[in-house]
Amino acid sequence: MIPILELKTVSKRFTQKLDASTRLANLVGTPFGAKPVRQEIVQAVDKVDLRIPPGKVVGLVGESGCGKSTLGRMAVGLHAPSEGQRLWKGANLHTATQQERRQAQLKMQMIFQDPYASLNPRKRVVDIVGEAPVAHGLVQGAQKEAYVTELLAKVGLPSAVLRRYPHQFSGGQRARVGIARALAVQPELLVCDESVAALDVSIQAQVLNLFMKLRAELALTYLFISHDLSVVKHISDEVVVMYLGRVVESGPTEELFQRPLHPYSVALLRAAPELEAGKKVFRPISGEIPSPLNPPQGCHFHPRCPHAMPKCRETAPELVMVGLQRLTACHLHA
Amino acid sequence: MNPPALNVRNLTTVFDTRGGTVTAVNDVSFSVGKGEILGLVGESGSGKSQTAYSLMNLVDRPGRITAGRIELNGHDLAGLGEEGWRRVRGRRIAMIFQDPMLTLNPVLRIDTQMIEAVQAHSGASRQQAREIARECLVKVGIASPDERLACYPHQFSGGMRQRVAIAIALIHRPEVIIADEPTTALDVTIQEQILFEMQTLARESGTALVWITHDLSVVAGLADRVAVMYAGRIVESGPAAQILAKPSHPYTAALLDSVPARNPRGVPLFQIPGAPPNLLEQADGCAFRPRCPKARAACADDIPVLTSGEAAVRCLAPHRALQEALAA
Repeated sequence: MIPILELKTVSKRFTQKLDASTRLANLVGTPFGAKPVRQEIVQAVDKVDLRIPPGKVVGLVGESGCGKSTLGRMAVGLHAPSEGQRLWKGANLHTATQQERRQAQLKMQMIFQDPYASLNPRKRVVDIVGEAPVAHGLVQGAQKEAYVTELLAKVGLPSAVLRRYPHQFSGGQRARVGIARALAVQPELLVCDESVAALDVSIQAQVLNLFMKLRAELALTYLFISHDLSVVKHISDEVVVMYLGRVVESGPTEELFQRPLHPYSVALLRAAPELEAGKKVFRPISGEIPSPLNPPQGCHFHPRCPHAMPKCRETAPELVMVGLQRLTACHLHA
Repeated sequence: MNPPALNVRNLTTVFDTRGGTVTAVNDVSFSVGKGEILGLVGESGSGKSQTAYSLMNLVDRPGRITAGRIELNGHDLAGLGEEGWRRVRGRRIAMIFQDPMLTLNPVLRIDTQMIEAVQAHSGASRQQAREIARECLVKVGIASPDERLACYPHQFSGGMRQRVAIAIALIHRPEVIIADEPTTALDVTIQEQILFEMQTLARESGTALVWITHDLSVVAGLADRVAVMYAGRIVESGPAAQILAKPSHPYTAALLDSVPARNPRGVPLFQIPGAPPNLLEQADGCAFRPRCPKARAACADDIPVLTSGEAAVRCLAPHRALQEALAA
């Protein structure tokens, strides 16, 4: 089956450009033999492959700084990858004509974490949701209100809110407005970046249910990025685990949660608090996530890994197939 | 019998706003024993953070504490003036905030801040104070404390900053520590490290801990007892295992049912109907009544607290069940 969206060995590097004064100082040299200031380069995503099959929900998990948001932004086209290719239904988006790229781009939309920051506070809901479909010629300007009303009904908001501003909504309702805006251009793929992270448990349940309902009604495909394992477990068909810019493991949700293979996935699943566990003795793994400015050599996880071998310090393990649809990047399973 | 480390009775905090008076903390009572961990759970706006600020007497205008007593090891804190509170705060009862940058001054080195905190309540010399600060950093699992003391907060990661904030709370070996969502902003592997340190601390030093969180699964692993807040009131409290397995209050039950882990994968989650109440328009009776499947006309009246053993619940439904059981 051709994936709806495929990322092939994409990387993203962010470079902190030096300002004019630092460049000048480097040029003329500093007294007392101070070292010249170097550009800082962050390898946010390092040669990642990602396949999103049509109709599936792919969960992307990892801790802060692992590159999951950057990968999501590259998937949807908000960041251009430093290396690698993006394929929409098998067609390379880099070699496509502008017309084709524009059409493909419209079919993927993003839903952000903080609906308050991503909704224009000075616009009314009817314009927030209705602007894009009119601009792209999906509906006539005259039909905008009727179209938006229909979309609002789909996400569970009454038509009475059409003329309201974002600040007049509760957090859960704002999340719904953000979803309605994404749906307005009739996308096939939704990239949700921590879309329920800021919501209370009871509101989170409503929004997750809405995502599942829309999936069934509109045949949507999702890339669902979250740090919350229980949410990802609930909603995803497949899970991808990232650590410091690389994919360390991927596989079908049930299997990955039952039998994680990579030592990082094992640690992550064990650290996730569980409702049923009862009072427990915490057994944390040591260390913190290293700075992506200066990642460890070899396997990025080796300084914290209980199974680290000499080999892990030198060579980074490849992501290899270790079972039906199971991939992991670990020398233990090579 | 020893008095509990912290005993709170009928604490009420209100905010005077242009729209009227908001009762943020409404008749809250609980106690925490030595070395015990109480999980105070609630959603946004339930009053859990305001309860914490009230316990520290840190409620600012337009808020004010209108009723209640707070006892520390049997010692009533009522009538303590601003000067008296200054001597209690940080020494006998300490607080950890969600954002450690609220505790730490970004332009001072860690040693400067910690020495100041030590000397605020003791006559320790600079050298002694530094030694105490160093010990506290070791206690929260910070490696190479001497180098860390010479650092500025921005040089630390989020998890490390929170450890420093906890170390500062530990300095005077307080009888009670109030922690307001201290791990909410942290990654799970770092959260687990902090929970481990806090659990060890409560067990070894006998510090009573009030852990405020919205995350039920954190409470499940950490707390001995749980109190659930809704619209400013504690609606249910009791042993953690009992409350999480067999909640008595319909709100607790509904909240637990809406957690993804409690639902089979892929099926719609349980949804609590309606929206959280507006605290301005609060009527008498149970605030959960408009959303409750078990609501009756009698729920509009004042709801008495039903206590059985260590558990307490502010709801009529268990009352009815009990009466029916007695009648049968």
